[in-house]
Amino acid sequence: MSFFGRSPWILHYDGSSCNGCDIEVLACLTPLYDVERFGVINTGNPKHADILLVTGSVNERNIEIVQNLYRQMPEPKVVVAVGACACSGGIFARAYNIQGGIDRVIPVDVYVPGCAARPESIIDGVVGGIAALEEKRKKTA
Amino acid sequence: MSPAIYGLLFLALGPLFGGLLAGADRIVSARMQGRVGPPLLQPFYDVGKLFQKQTRQVNPIAEPLLLAHVGYMAACGALLLSGTDLIFTAFIFALAALLLVLAAGSANSPFSFTGAERELVVLLASEPFFILMMVAVCKVTGVSTFGAVLASPQLVAVQLPGVVLAFLLVATIKLRKSPFDISVSHHPHQELVSGLTSDMSGRLLAYVELAHWYETALLCAFMVLLFNWSVPLGVAAFLAAYGLEIMVDNATSRMKWQLLLRSTWAATLLLCGGNILALFLIGR
Repeated sequence: MSFFGRSPWILHYDGSSCNGCDIEVLACLTPLYDVERFGVINTGNPKHADILLVTGSVNERNIEIVQNLYRQMPEPKVVVAVGACACSGGIFARAYNIQGGIDRVIPVDVYVPGCAARPESIIDGVVGGIAALEEKRKKTA
Repeated sequence: MSPAIYGLLFLALGPLFGGLLAGADRIVSARMQGRVGPPLLQPFYDVGKLFQKQTRQVNPIAEPLLLAHVGYMAACGALLLSGTDLIFTAFIFALAALLLVLAAGSANSPFSFTGAERELVVLLASEPFFILMMVAVCKVTGVSTFGAVLASPQLVAVQLPGVVLAFLLVATIKLRKSPFDISVSHHPHQELVSGLTSDMSGRLLAYVELAHWYETALLCAFMVLLFNWSVPLGVAAFLAAYGLEIMVDNATSRMKWQLLLRSTWAATLLLCGGNILALFLIGR
């Protein structure tokens, strides 16, 4: 029996987001959406996390930080890119310091579109992340 | 039934009690915040998942230390129920807590180390109370084992109201509730990340949880010592106290360690020590 679907712990990292998506991520924890119903915890610690939720694009200064957070997470782990910027760089894509979407530096499993991404679609993305988590666990087990 | 069987029952049912209470805690906390909250069995799902997750050890000594932490915490409850001397169990309780400090300190990362140092302060604040409490219970009942205290005709809580009040305060520390959760933080984006456990992953974190369930069950057994007329009475008193702790947890923010030390020592000395002194003077 696998418990990953019942207890996905999330690490939220803000790349170079305008904070629009971050507010929507935090909205998921409020009484209206209450993702803790599904066992989700916003951990703030990569060593406890199963799902890395990244908002905003990657810039020159945070490449190492994103990679470091990803490396610190124990297997199995998945990455969910939340919002247009995390998926592709968004409207900042052509800025001088922007590398592009998160998938330029770490492998991304689920893409959540939107500017800003709606809480419903973020929760949907996390559910997709859980499915990817299960797949990875089966491969490693 | 022989007392040893109660000890074995504690080993088997202690984590079940602690885990269910942790699940109920999360639901009640969520309801207080206007949310629905996770299922009752959520803590068991979490620990199950942690066992399935990869474990990364920063220092290989952490695992034996954490296993000993679980072992001593479980043994402490089992020894208490199977009739070992009360004061002796208070010392084992302190030793079990110390092993967690060593495990966290072994990681050598700033968050973990700060958590370990703060946990030492927390131990300094709480342990004198438990030793004094056991002394007080022994003094009032004239016996020094769990079974004998339960068989004692007088209700300990009536003679030791100060100790009961101080227990409520110190239980906040042991249940890792705000404002006394200075060594851990269960909420993200706070100054300590997760304090003691920030470098524990996978099954290491599961051991910490398991030990905490035993610890909760042990605190319940301590409460039964104070409300010694019957076990259901003691458990009911503990559940009421736990409800109070959840409310305090949701209504307060974290204290600084100096205030924690001052307030718990003041409570231990004034309430607990004063209570013993008053009994001594009355009984003379």
